[in-house]
Amino acid sequence: MGLISTNTSKIDRLAELTAATEHSTGASLWREALRRLRASKMAVIGAVIIGLFVIVAIIGPWVAPYGPIEQTWRGEVFPNQGKFVGARAENWFGLDQLGRDLFSRFLVGARQTLLVGVVSMLIGLVVGAVIGAVSGAAATLGGRSGQRVDSFVMRVTDIMLALPSLLLAVSIAAVMGQSLTTVMIAVGVVQVPIFARLLRGSMLAQGRSDYVLAARSLGIRKRRIVLTQIMPNSLSPVIVQATLSLATAIIEAAALSYLGLGNPDPAVPEWGVMLSSAQRFFDNAPMMSVYPAVGIIITALGFTLLGEAMREALDPKLRG
Amino acid sequence: MSLLELDGVKVHFPVRKGVLFDRTVGHVYAVDGISLSVEAGQTYGLVGESGCGKTTLGRAVLRLVDVTDGSVVLDGTDVAKLSEKELRSFRRRLQMVFQDPLGSLNPRQNIESILSEGMAAHGIGANQEERREKIKEILAKVGLPTNALSRYPHEFSGGQRQRIGIARALVLEPDVIICDEPVSALDVSIQAQVINLLEELQESMGLTYLVIAHDLAVVRHISDVIGVMYLGSLVEEAPSDALYAEPMHPYTKALMSAVPVPDPEVEERRERILLHGDLPSPANPPAGCRFHTRCPWAQATRCATERPQLTDLGGGHKVACHFAREIADGTIVRAGDEPAASAAPADTAPADTAADAPAEIPAQATGERAETDRAEDAAPAEAKADGAEAPEAKADGAESDGAEADEAEDAAPADTAPAVAEADSAEADVVKADDAPKA
Amino acid sequence: MPLLTVDELTVTFGGRGRKDVRAVNGVSFTVDQGQVVGLVGESGCGKSVTSLALMGLLPAKGVTLGGRADFDGTDLLTLSPRRMRDMRGRDLAMIFQDPLSSLNPVVPVGVQVTEILQRHRGLKGEAARKEAAHLLDRVGIPDPNRRLKEFPHQLSGGMRQRALIAMAVACAPRLLIADEPTTALDVTIQAQILELLKELVDQEGTALLMITHDLGVVAGLCDQVNVLYAGKVVESAARRELFAHPTHPYTHGLLGSIPRLDAPRGEPLHPIRGSINDQIAWADGCAFAPRCDRYEMDCLTGTPALTEPRAAGHQARCVNPVLATTEVPA
Repeated sequence: MGLISTNTSKIDRLAELTAATEHSTGASLWREALRRLRASKMAVIGAVIIGLFVIVAIIGPWVAPYGPIEQTWRGEVFPNQGKFVGARAENWFGLDQLGRDLFSRFLVGARQTLLVGVVSMLIGLVVGAVIGAVSGAAATLGGRSGQRVDSFVMRVTDIMLALPSLLLAVSIAAVMGQSLTTVMIAVGVVQVPIFARLLRGSMLAQGRSDYVLAARSLGIRKRRIVLTQIMPNSLSPVIVQATLSLATAIIEAAALSYLGLGNPDPAVPEWGVMLSSAQRFFDNAPMMSVYPAVGIIITALGFTLLGEAMREALDPKLRG
Repeated sequence: MSLLELDGVKVHFPVRKGVLFDRTVGHVYAVDGISLSVEAGQTYGLVGESGCGKTTLGRAVLRLVDVTDGSVVLDGTDVAKLSEKELRSFRRRLQMVFQDPLGSLNPRQNIESILSEGMAAHGIGANQEERREKIKEILAKVGLPTNALSRYPHEFSGGQRQRIGIARALVLEPDVIICDEPVSALDVSIQAQVINLLEELQESMGLTYLVIAHDLAVVRHISDVIGVMYLGSLVEEAPSDALYAEPMHPYTKALMSAVPVPDPEVEERRERILLHGDLPSPANPPAGCRFHTRCPWAQATRCATERPQLTDLGGGHKVACHFAREIADGTIVRAGDEPAASAAPADTAPADTAADAPAEIPAQATGERAETDRAEDAAPAEAKADGAEAPEAKADGAESDGAEADEAEDAAPADTAPAVAEADSAEADVVKADDAPKA
Repeated sequence: MPLLTVDELTVTFGGRGRKDVRAVNGVSFTVDQGQVVGLVGESGCGKSVTSLALMGLLPAKGVTLGGRADFDGTDLLTLSPRRMRDMRGRDLAMIFQDPLSSLNPVVPVGVQVTEILQRHRGLKGEAARKEAAHLLDRVGIPDPNRRLKEFPHQLSGGMRQRALIAMAVACAPRLLIADEPTTALDVTIQAQILELLKELVDQEGTALLMITHDLGVVAGLCDQVNVLYAGKVVESAARRELFAHPTHPYTHGLLGSIPRLDAPRGEPLHPIRGSINDQIAWADGCAFAPRCDRYEMDCLTGTPALTEPRAAGHQARCVNPVLATTEVPA
């Protein structure tokens, strides 16, 4: 009797002590990554910036104090005489060269900027991911002929990578005319080979892993292996790149607008176009350039911070 | 008829180069003509060092790599000749346990999904409910709790992950399980758990294993038959105990002498055969016997020119060495070794001939060389007493029975062949651990 | 007076927002002049961290060191980074597990060897090159003059490890720390390297601290063996004594877990159950208790002390040690 009781008590005591050091989880890698992301200061700052930007982009036109094309203060600005109006109580950011309220244009312009960034990133992501997925799937499981397909596709993307983005944009603009669409396509096309190479490389690396070999030895169809095994594990770098791409897309779009390839319609202001038109008056009204420029920089910074934090959160080396 | 039979399996990987269009510039002879058979309910252990092609051979059996030549016959079906579609359904019968327990499990699938995927592909179990029942049964067999089902691979310890890998193979009820280094990534105490598990499962479920490993001690522990691989081919195959009792191929001898034993008494007494140099490249393997470039027993004839075939020396002990018998008899001794040290059995070789030969004198100088190629019932040898004949003249004599002694003085009947001192004192390979006992 | 006396070494990793992890939890041992001492244990026991702490190679940030490591009168743990750099290579040298990543891939082997000779021995030009060739020859690298010009990737694994050993012994250090020096190598190459280490110790009188998981390697090489578990030494004895009478249940279990080449076939293995994750804090009792078949209530009350339950000089940290020689690990 006594023996049994000491026995149970020692087992209980051990269970109690081991429970203290035990760390029970039960979450997939995605959920773990999200948990790490939430704990990261970088990610939180990035997310807050992006959140503000998105909110402004959505509600901008409604909260803007004045219409973006109302030349209410036309009579106060004389660009050829170097006379401008800076920040004041009724115009927080001052006036532009046509006497329009810069703050209102800034708020309304956020939407276009977000649109340009997101759409061009999506063009790059979707087209690039499709090309990369085809190439990667062909290379990993397509055998000898698949490898030929892969090397052909990759040579094509190499050629695309070799084209200067500016030249490409100018050519597209020459064909399609000067518009926001031109900018988005031009910026998107430049991103295509980046996404394609990234996804292919990632798939190739995953395709060599033992679990893919294991899936093949289980007798699972190749298509299914690509979809359920290789793809989900290859996506992390692409997701990170997409976030970082938003930042570069916004900057690139701004650059193209700055060169005069953007939307000429004054009714739809965009930060890049605003920067472009402000630069002519930089000597007399530097702040006119600063507002859109700072807007672009902070937004790009937000996406970069989030992207870098995601890279860390999704890094398989840090898991566990 | 054995359950799994490999006949002349070759796997050559082309080496390709080129800018736009690749051309083949050479081959890596990863597996170069391997024949072996695995009996139902038994364990065949394949042992060899890195680069010997053992992993490639394992993958070739499952046709995860293409077989260049030869056949892999499981229960009457040649896996190497199946179409892609036939192969997919046939794969259920051949399963694999991988070396890296974490790397071989998809990190984004939970255990239930990992284990049921193969079952679904082969139509085992009518629905997920049925499959889950079966999976629970297997999980219990491999010693995992049922609550493991909804968890992910990274939440388990190394040993548990390997149990999951074993369970994944077991749910398909395969005929043969190929274990590629099943324990080498695990800690010692966990290795023993997994080895015991594999043995228990074999006993209770009648499994057949092909175990591939670099660790001779592990292979010897679990195998009925062991094959030793070197540079793409089998150099020796024997029942586990026979191989340990008397390794006959020089490479096996060296390998066995290099395995550390956790016992100071044994370690101090043992004699190490140190191999010189490194493994030659499988893209450019040496001609003749693949091992002759590193073999301490290598002879001037045949070894460099003629590739030895695996021949049965009795009791299922097969060796691919031209001079296996002579080495066992002690009639050919290791370079740098004093003949007496090899302790030839007294009834076969008169040790005095050998012991008299001073080790300082290189064998070539005295011209002593004996080559015996004894058949099962060797007739008394015809000693060819022709001192003028150069040893190279022997190069074509592959099938010759009987003994040839190039020097007349030592000519003797083959069963009492004279020991030969091929002493090259410059390269002393013998290392005895007790030479320098430390205080 | 031992050459190295490690006394209650603790290494704690802790970073921002992370829970502190104590990787080494009070490790004590000594190494005498010319002695080969083994630190044995499985992954996560703290053996590699111990060696890195002794070499001053742990990152300064997020790592807290405790205890003392007295090397010939100097405490290695409190040495300034500059003085540590001077000692490393000259008085203390280390050989790592992975010979490829321990060598700089874009610098010829010769340059890497002569660098050390320049730094610590002041050799220059032709003299340094000659000495480097001599060193490579010393560790059994054939054709050393040609090898000096080659890059690490042109050497085989065994050859690289020899080159690293050559660099480690370049300045005739008094203590050589080898962290799993043969784990990445094939068994026939391992035999060559172990032979070389043995020879160096015998001829040069260098002390060797051998860190390994392989009890077979220990059995052939070490004079004194320390078995580590969960960051503490659980057993320490002379080699023969340890293998003949493993006293801590963990050591006993380890020896029962290893398939022996010379054991009769069919003899079952006696694994230790559970894994390193099944642990309790040392403060609460014996960390090994959850995996131990011999644990009792008194194993769960505070850290067990190192005692000598069997023989003088044979220490074990256990309140229920294995004492009967005939006892089979269960």
